Amino acid sequence: MVTRDSAKASPEQLLYADLLFYGCWASILIMMVTYVIYVAGLMGPHIPLNQLPHLWHLPVGEFMEKSGAPHGWGWVPLLGKGDYLNFLGIALLGAMTIIGFITLIPAYVRQKDTAFLVIVFVEVAALLLAASGIFGAGAH
Amino acid sequence: MATPAWALASEAQAALPEANKPWWFWPVVLLFFCFILGIIAVLAGVGGGVLYVPLVSGFFPFHLDFVRGAGLLVALAGALAAGPGLLRRNLANLRLALPVALIASVCAIAGAFLGLALPTNVVQICLGATIVFIAILLAASKNVERPQVKAQDAVGRALGMNGVYYEESTREVVEWKTHRTLPGLILFILIGIMAGMFGLGAGWANVPVLNLLMGAPLKVAVGTSKFLLSITDTSAAWVYLNKGCVIPLMAIPSIVGLMLGSFVGVRILAVAKPKVIRYLVIGVLLFSGIKALLKGLGIG
Repeated sequence: MVTRDSAKASPEQLLYADLLFYGCWASILIMMVTYVIYVAGLMGPHIPLNQLPHLWHLPVGEFMEKSGAPHGWGWVPLLGKGDYLNFLGIALLGAMTIIGFITLIPAYVRQKDTAFLVIVFVEVAALLLAASGIFGAGAH
Repeated sequence: MATPAWALASEAQAALPEANKPWWFWPVVLLFFCFILGIIAVLAGVGGGVLYVPLVSGFFPFHLDFVRGAGLLVALAGALAAGPGLLRRNLANLRLALPVALIASVCAIAGAFLGLALPTNVVQICLGATIVFIAILLAASKNVERPQVKAQDAVGRALGMNGVYYEESTREVVEWKTHRTLPGLILFILIGIMAGMFGLGAGWANVPVLNLLMGAPLKVAVGTSKFLLSITDTSAAWVYLNKGCVIPLMAIPSIVGLMLGSFVGVRILAVAKPKVIRYLVIGVLLFSGIKALLKGLGIG
């Protein structure tokens, strides 16, 4: 017998939902605050603001060469600069799915759901590899 | 660092009239543009990325590499914001989303590398052709509210791709299961590659595959598709981020503008005539797709 109770989301799905909710809004808030700090000039940028309109029409490889912009995780040492401070919120946005998947592991272990456990592990590994920048740093 | 950049800037200044605008001009225009785009996207039932990439690459001075990077972040932020509500109401289902997401996100990484390795004009031509195809797909596809799935196939059964949700409009508890699961999963290879290559959210492709091919009810297909984008776009967004394709000055107004627009769009949805908006969006997509095609061919 299918009841309305059976239509409720599983506990692991609810946990994932809560995590996304707080993580997503935290990252949007961080982005807005760091952007104001950046454009208000409260922290000096790595690439001067008035140079960007002359550079952003270039392909990424040329843009990086001309502007001295870093690739990969090279933005971390530049967090003291107004422009790269913005990467905090962007990176948190990109990390939410990885964190969400990790929270699913205990539930699938308890349920002895090997297929989904493997899917979660492979997905986390793929996302971590993409995030690590191990594949092909640099640009065309 | 600043000296070669400035030398180039001086050269570019003469060549590009839009480069003479102050640095804040394009981010401000982009914020308002994305706000309107967010409203239209909600009313038309499409993701922001699919409108953002062709329109911003066609009418703004940013290189396609940065537009695709920002487009993925726009689609990712929208999907992450919608995810919690959909998951709580069981309209996005982990059992359906996770296997599909694994295929799509791995392929999105490959697509992102492919898109960044190919010459810009080739990507622009492929993007234009894809956008025109999406417009035709939107005009032609007739989604089915609750597809009839008589028997679940072996792959769907093995992965437990079934579920239950509560339909508030009819106060019914609706059971669903998938069929033709393997062909569906294979199609997600293509969808993932295109999402990564063009920086688009791929909701336009996810929904027909989940609904028409695999037999998921429309609400579950739409909800799971939106949630799916948060996974697919994460993988491709990291590739673009690591390759240096994110310029915060233009990416953040895009994200914030589109999200604010989406909130307003949801409120307008109650009183708007979505059918008219839908045809408007199909027209805009056709126009921007043809523009991208011509630009790629060096005509536009």
